Amino acid sequence: MSTVPILTVRNLSVTFPDANGGLHALSDVSFEVCPREFIAVLGPSGSGKSTLLRILAGLLKPTRGSIHFADGDSPRIGMVFQQANLMPWRTVIENIELPLELDGENKESARVKAQDLIELVGLQGFEHNWPRDLSGGMAQRVAIARALIHDPDILLLDEPFGSLDALTRERMWTELSRIWQMRQKTVIMVTHSISESLFLSDRVLVLTQRPGTIKLDFKVDLPRPRDDEMRYTAHFGKLARKLKEAIG
Amino acid sequence: MNLNFIRNLPETAKRGYRWLGLISLAAGLIVWWAIARFSGLPAFVLPSPLQVWQRFLLSLTDGELVQNTAVTLVEILLGLLWGAVFAIVLGYLLAKSRTLEHLLSPYLVASQAVPLVAIAPLLVIWFGPGMFSKVLICALIVFFPVLVNTIVGLRAVPTALYDLMHSMRASQRQILLHLEIPAALPIFLGGLRIGATLSVIGAVVGELVGADHGLGVLINVGRGTYDTPMVFVAVFTLIALALALYGIVAWIERKLLAWQQIAEL
Repeated sequence: MSTVPILTVRNLSVTFPDANGGLHALSDVSFEVCPREFIAVLGPSGSGKSTLLRILAGLLKPTRGSIHFADGDSPRIGMVFQQANLMPWRTVIENIELPLELDGENKESARVKAQDLIELVGLQGFEHNWPRDLSGGMAQRVAIARALIHDPDILLLDEPFGSLDALTRERMWTELSRIWQMRQKTVIMVTHSISESLFLSDRVLVLTQRPGTIKLDFKVDLPRPRDDEMRYTAHFGKLARKLKEAIG
Repeated sequence: MNLNFIRNLPETAKRGYRWLGLISLAAGLIVWWAIARFSGLPAFVLPSPLQVWQRFLLSLTDGELVQNTAVTLVEILLGLLWGAVFAIVLGYLLAKSRTLEHLLSPYLVASQAVPLVAIAPLLVIWFGPGMFSKVLICALIVFFPVLVNTIVGLRAVPTALYDLMHSMRASQRQILLHLEIPAALPIFLGGLRIGATLSVIGAVVGELVGADHGLGVLINVGRGTYDTPMVFVAVFTLIALALALYGIVAWIERKLLAWQQIAEL
């Protein structure tokens, strides 16, 4: 892992204007992200973690502070939301191709790349189905494939498995872990699940209640590749306890 | 009305339901015939189905029907086109700008309070008995439902999908093309379907008020000369036109909206 950060966030603060002087969502958040690092932002609801992600995605302007990407000001971003957010009028494969279509890439090469990703996320045979035919887990796989297809500099995941049932969610952790192992993207994932953050990430940033500040910057020293068994080890339990204490 | 359940039936059962429709139509014709035959009403009050059919064949051969239908159809299609085009453009602007919406809403609401049938004579006085005044009436009557549905359709685009497009750095043009148009299409086409049938009404109202050609003129002439079978022929032709237009829009809907289950009828 190179030590030159791909992303530097400095003294980020966000205040949403409201009737009583503004709502402080984030206060003085600073951190760095190295290339190919998987970072989990962990915090209770209302800690401004989604706000942080929306700023990184360029959907929101910070009130104060700066974000600096190593590769210039407009990095390529792949984003996965809590809901799959598929276009219902596009088939599975057309949804995955959308980012390439917006980039003006030609149809043939887009189709080849999309087919690759269909295989990566295990959706062979569903290429030409409508989103309405998919289960929640399958829809989220499509969303992940779509976020990866234009080879983004950074992948932003906003509670990507929050709307799935517990069993599907855990299966998706293993899936995402496998996908990350193969594609080695820089990832920032927002979550409120301690096990999710431990199982998937290299580093966990724990945010406090609003206004969110970084309370703990925690290195996850679990070996990779990780499998289901790891979640039941004593070491995993010890790390989980530490995070739990930090959240309070 | 939601007849979706028909789609889920096996083919044979569907055919059974189609037969029911035909049987009911045949029964209607028989009842009509029986009333005309046994009530003793003269043909200029209630012609029998057979008399209407004969009048239909006659008007076909002397070219009267085809010529007047063509005029009415052109009025309807031009009115539909212009009404829809203006409604789409204004609808897009209104959906994007609340300021513009509030600025124009008194006029839009007032325009709906004016019964078009009542001002049709004015429009004919101002713009003459030719085709233009009919096209204008059609366009005005089509305008509102298409406008409203364009606005509602555009406003119903999920904000989450806007977020998605912005996160992919999509341009305004790309957002319009890949998100707003397809997302607004179902509601918009619903408006167009209503507009298509209203446009037939608009054309006839205009022609009844004053015109040289058209199915409305046939109705007026038929009434004046006690040629009631002709009135029936013209009315049935209008029904056929309205159904055909409705059917075409519904067909477009089925083609474009294969991704969603649409309610038939």
